[in-house]
Amino acid sequence: MTVTLSHYLVLGAMLFALSIIGIFLNRKNIIVLLMAIELMLLAVNTNFVAFSQYLGDMHGQIFVFFILTVAAAESAIGLAILVLLFRNKSNINVDELDTLKG
Amino acid sequence: MDVKTGLFYIFSALMLFAAYRVITARNPVHAALYLVFAFFQAAGLWLLLKAEFLGIALVLVYVGAVMVLFLFVVMMLDINLDSIRQGFWKNFPLATGIGAIIVLQMSAVLMGGFHISEEVKSANTTAPTTQALETVLQANNTKDLGVLLYTKYIYPLEIAAVILLVAIIAAIALTLRQRKDSKHTDPGDQVRIKSRDRLEVIKLTATQAFLADAPTAELASEEKKA
Repeated sequence: MTVTLSHYLVLGAMLFALSIIGIFLNRKNIIVLLMAIELMLLAVNTNFVAFSQYLGDMHGQIFVFFILTVAAAESAIGLAILVLLFRNKSNINVDELDTLKG
Repeated sequence: MDVKTGLFYIFSALMLFAAYRVITARNPVHAALYLVFAFFQAAGLWLLLKAEFLGIALVLVYVGAVMVLFLFVVMMLDINLDSIRQGFWKNFPLATGIGAIIVLQMSAVLMGGFHISEEVKSANTTAPTTQALETVLQANNTKDLGVLLYTKYIYPLEIAAVILLVAIIAAIALTLRQRKDSKHTDPGDQVRIKSRDRLEVIKLTATQAFLADAPTAELASEEKKA
């Protein structure tokens, strides 16, 4: 039994579903929410790499490269906002982030 | 079942376990460390997929930079665990149901359509001649990626560079704090200053005041103050 493309795709789906469950569970913890988003991006990247390899097209890996760049920028800004939030509120409880009354 | 298949299952199982621990870990530091573990397993999977450059970039960029940033922030903040964990398992049944539905639906779609294996791809080609063997040996994932990235994707690459620059400036600007008690000088003001702002020449009739008698001198100085 050899590994096919659908093995990788199902693995990506499972990882994605796990991160969705993580977002449901950790609604109060922004740090773990950011980590769950990173896991989602990892699942998508795995799909891209698998497609790129099995279909013999390098463009998928280029896409992964750009996703990595944007994900790094996103997590850096997210953590900066988190630090700013903690400085102003002294906690990172999501329930108390209602200043904007959105 | 060859070695590659076994490695695939080992990496996948460890990655899913690490992901499960990331979302259920009580301590955010443990969650960050399990996330590092998950990224390592993913890098292993990408190496199995012959994407060497991206696998190593994942380890360098994520494990080396982003996760260290996560650990820094987690350790800097004083997190009250009890308030964060409050009602943690309340949504667990709903979340698990939705997750199971997602996995089942995606599996139902993906299991059917994508039975492409590398054996099928190589079976289409004829038996390896020496020339074909040479091309296989010279196949270089990093070089292929670089050639594509610096020719066809040069403008997206530059946009990515700009995005990183924006991220640097945004992160610094957000966390920059002006302290009230620091001996801070504005370089703009320092450059803009002229000599006449610093030194003021005042005409004094000093010698005449000293030559005259004392009351008039005091009067003169008072007039000058006024």
